[in-house]
Amino acid sequence: MKFSESWLRTFVDPKLSGAEFSHLLTMAGLEVEEEDTVAPPFNDVIVAQVLEVVKHPDADRLNVCKVDIGAAAPQQIVCGAPNVAAGLKVPCALPGAKLPGDFTIKVAKVRGVESSGMLCSAKELGIAEDASGLLVLPADAPVGQGIREYLDLDDRLLTLKLTPNRADCLSLTGIAREVAALTGAPARYPEVGEAPVTIETRRDIRLEAPHACPRYCGRVIAGVDARAPTPLWMQRRLERSGIRPISALVDITNYVMLELGQPLHAFDNARLEGAIVPRMARAGEQILLLNEQTLTLEDDVLLIADDRRPVAMGGIMGGEESGITLETRELFLEAAFFAPGAIAGRARRYGFVSDASHRFERGVDFGGTRRALERATRLVLEICGGQAGPVSEAQAALPERTPVRLRPSRVARVLGLAFDSARIAELFTRLGLTFVREGEDFVVTPPSYRFDIEIEEDLIEEIARLHGYDNIPAPAPQGALSMLPQTEDARPLARIRRIVAGRGYQEVVNFAFVEEAWETDFGGNAAPIRLANPIASQLAVMRSTLIGGLVANVATNLKRRQNRVRVFETGRCFTRAAASGPVAGFRQPWMLAALAYGSALPEQWGAPARNVDFFDVKGDLEALLAPAELRFEPATHPALHPGRSARVLIDGAPAGFLGELHPQWVQKYDLPLAPVLFELELDPLTRARLPQYAEVSRQPPAIRDLAIVVPHETSLQALIDGMTANRPALVQDIRLFDLYTGKGVGTGKKSLAFRIVMQDTQRTLQDAEVDAAMQQLVAYLQQAFAAQLRV
Amino acid sequence: MQNLDQIIQEASAAFAATDDPDTLEQIKARYLGKSGQITELLKSLGKLPPEEKKTAGAAINRAKEAVESALNTRREAIRQAALAARLAEEALDVTLPGRGEARGGLHPVTRTLERIEGLFRSIGFEVADGPEIEDDFHNFTALNTPDDHPARSMHDTFYLQDESGKVAEGILLRTHTSPIQVRYMQQHVEKYKHLETMPEIRVIAPGRVYRVDSDATHSPMFHQVEGLWIGENVSFADLKGVVADFLRRFFESDDLQVRFRPSFFPFTEPSAEIDVAFMSGTLKGRWLEIAGCGMVHPNVLRHVGIDPEKYIGFAFGMGPDRLTMLRYGVNDLRLFFDGDLRFLRQFV
Repeated sequence: MKFSESWLRTFVDPKLSGAEFSHLLTMAGLEVEEEDTVAPPFNDVIVAQVLEVVKHPDADRLNVCKVDIGAAAPQQIVCGAPNVAAGLKVPCALPGAKLPGDFTIKVAKVRGVESSGMLCSAKELGIAEDASGLLVLPADAPVGQGIREYLDLDDRLLTLKLTPNRADCLSLTGIAREVAALTGAPARYPEVGEAPVTIETRRDIRLEAPHACPRYCGRVIAGVDARAPTPLWMQRRLERSGIRPISALVDITNYVMLELGQPLHAFDNARLEGAIVPRMARAGEQILLLNEQTLTLEDDVLLIADDRRPVAMGGIMGGEESGITLETRELFLEAAFFAPGAIAGRARRYGFVSDASHRFERGVDFGGTRRALERATRLVLEICGGQAGPVSEAQAALPERTPVRLRPSRVARVLGLAFDSARIAELFTRLGLTFVREGEDFVVTPPSYRFDIEIEEDLIEEIARLHGYDNIPAPAPQGALSMLPQTEDARPLARIRRIVAGRGYQEVVNFAFVEEAWETDFGGNAAPIRLANPIASQLAVMRSTLIGGLVANVATNLKRRQNRVRVFETGRCFTRAAASGPVAGFRQPWMLAALAYGSALPEQWGAPARNVDFFDVKGDLEALLAPAELRFEPATHPALHPGRSARVLIDGAPAGFLGELHPQWVQKYDLPLAPVLFELELDPLTRARLPQYAEVSRQPPAIRDLAIVVPHETSLQALIDGMTANRPALVQDIRLFDLYTGKGVGTGKKSLAFRIVMQDTQRTLQDAEVDAAMQQLVAYLQQAFAAQLRV
Repeated sequence: MQNLDQIIQEASAAFAATDDPDTLEQIKARYLGKSGQITELLKSLGKLPPEEKKTAGAAINRAKEAVESALNTRREAIRQAALAARLAEEALDVTLPGRGEARGGLHPVTRTLERIEGLFRSIGFEVADGPEIEDDFHNFTALNTPDDHPARSMHDTFYLQDESGKVAEGILLRTHTSPIQVRYMQQHVEKYKHLETMPEIRVIAPGRVYRVDSDATHSPMFHQVEGLWIGENVSFADLKGVVADFLRRFFESDDLQVRFRPSFFPFTEPSAEIDVAFMSGTLKGRWLEIAGCGMVHPNVLRHVGIDPEKYIGFAFGMGPDRLTMLRYGVNDLRLFFDGDLRFLRQFV
């Protein structure tokens, strides 16, 4: 809602500066979003009249003018404007004037002719872009008056960002009412008496959709001059409210809407036939609107029809065919109340909004319909002439204003500040809320212009608002002190993130909607969850894996010459699932994924440069998951190299994957090297175990090394599992410490060296039993894996 | 006994002439070894008459001690010299960088979320989480949003398709984290239904939210934190106290100006918009919109089975992205979701 402060001050004029005025509105919930001036600062520019224009003796394009500036003698001013002419009234900057752009006017000679001032264009005064000639003022402009005063250039333009509940402030009257309530300054509203009825012509109204249009008023005004000029004061107020003046009849309807908040519509009465019928559209019915859009309507749209066809989308926009033109001689003026629910969302559905729909969907004062019609009628008669017919009015059930009960005790409980009854009564009175007392309680009947007072809390908000939110105390909160649980067998996400970050990975946040190809490539997901209304095709499906985002992060950073990338993300991923979880049909687990690309370590002098590989990232994963029991088994994943990928099992349960990106994606996504990555569900990661003490042996351990040669395809896990299952009791730990392939081992074979730790908690081991234990392990390996002992 | 002095002098000179520990030991043998000069003199004592034995013996022993002392001094000197040489040789250029992995870092918004969680934990708020694909009831209806509210339209809210490609009825991406609160309240009510008076609800709900909006200052996915305190006596004044306290702690600025001005949300009444103004820095003196809040609307409480006559409380919601921008001086929201390491590393 944009308006001119000086127009508003004709309604209510509190003793407040411009800044204080804006603050007042903002702190009352009518946020001043923008403040503009009408003109930049300048001084000593007055209304002047050109008396005489004579060609400059030495310059083709210049004229020497005699100008009346309201002083005893006319001034001589040289002027180059093409439109200068004797008799015109124009702004004149006097010597000493400072114009926008730091331009000072002095008495000077222009090509040898003395000039005592400057006649100004609108652009030179900074009030419009027009630099084509002098700003021509109306013939009745008073010579000698300051131009700022005459054109009201010290006005300020305020734009309110109104919340949807405050439709009552979508008019000057409404804002004035609010300002009066806030400041106690008296408000004066335009006087609206009934316009004289001088003809009998009328149109019947038949309410066929009384729930959507419970009140409709209209009247014929005949013999109007649609070409009459709109008065300048009205044009100025419209312009300063952001509405372009068009023609007198249109301007009048807009003016009354701004003034009183009631949207009006003017039909060309000659183009209507029979009665006016507000009714619901029939599905598929079409209408050509004033904005030249032809709409095919659904049956929940309210139409204004005549006996023949739709003539307007009720409360939204008029029809093109029945609209007024400059030829219109007879008009039918409509003022109606349309129910918010019947208007809400309809215009937007067809891709536009209008000033009328904006107001009606929020609620227009149904007590002011007739008043607005009379106000507009009088303005039409005044400006365009003509004769008004009687008002036709049809009415059904208007919105009810159910009385709302307010308990002062509840006010204190909600606000944390007690108000006595006298204060409450005073605030309600200022707001124009009528009430009766029932015991301690106030029973308030909301006025017809307020659509946001339905419950006690709404009234409490009004009290708080008028009292001032600033005047409510802000104490330190008090509450029962009980400690929050701190579960030790759970690892919070924050700790998990820190561990991953501690291994060199940088956290990223990627969009949860992704390109469909990412889902196919990295998730093997042929039927991803699609958005019904994505903002872009590359943000069209919900991710079921975090991998796509991380791969894209690599590409982004490579473009920016960051050649080593280690990134991770935690976030939800989304898949369809049988009814389970909080939202049926979807699984939305939190996932953690990390990706390493480029050199294994940051470029440095002290370590040989090499690219990151599977086991680097596996090490990070193990560090992250310790001390959970981890297993890795070869398994394929759509995103990963089939020979370099593993399923990760935590305590025996599958939790995710680790591997190198599949070469085909490395190529497709244009990566010079293959990233290594892992992705896990977060839930098993957040489980931790409470430490349980186990006895520490005081006896010295016996340590033996064991080197064997086995076929290349034998997995370490199988060897460890087998040895662990078949180990002698005194073997405590079996650890691989060397892996060798090549010369001396034979093709297709590998040599593995284990360190075997043996210990007994109670006694020192004898050499003989240690040797026997080793023998047992060797025998097992020979028998189970055809292992050869390497010496 | 001139001979003894001469021996001492010779030995001292010989010790001094070498830097090598082995050579030193060989020289030692010449004087103190089995057939060294001093040893020989001691052996010859037996041939002397008894009256001379005593004085001669004492003189030889003094000489022996002098030689040993000279030897030890020299040994120590050589050891010190060797140590000094080794230390000099082993000296490092300590200005060379350390070896190994560099530290990664958290996302700046994560930093903010953790600070927010920590501050609210300190006054007894739990942290709750909830689904991002939500249903219409939890995202809108339970929050008192009218059926025809513009926020529900496909211009504002992302909806999903069902498997046949039609718009899935009532399934959407949450537009705020308020549905977490709805779920939390429902669970709380269920958990304490056996009690006459349920314990207070104090919870914050951080998370990612989605809206159909994308330009320089809007991202279709962004973060939100909502907070909720419901009890028997939690007022608007408490709301002001908690939020103002939080903002001053968050920005670590005791003179931060905080103001509450009336606003409108379907799920709170009375409602307020919260502005802050810094007293220093580039944004000094400007009011910046930072959060929305209000007293939980009785309809919201009713929707989750809480009696609004018995319980009352407040809710607030704010944008951690914006808080992060203000805190660290970031001027473009899109940087948060771009994955640019040059930006992200600044928050390590």
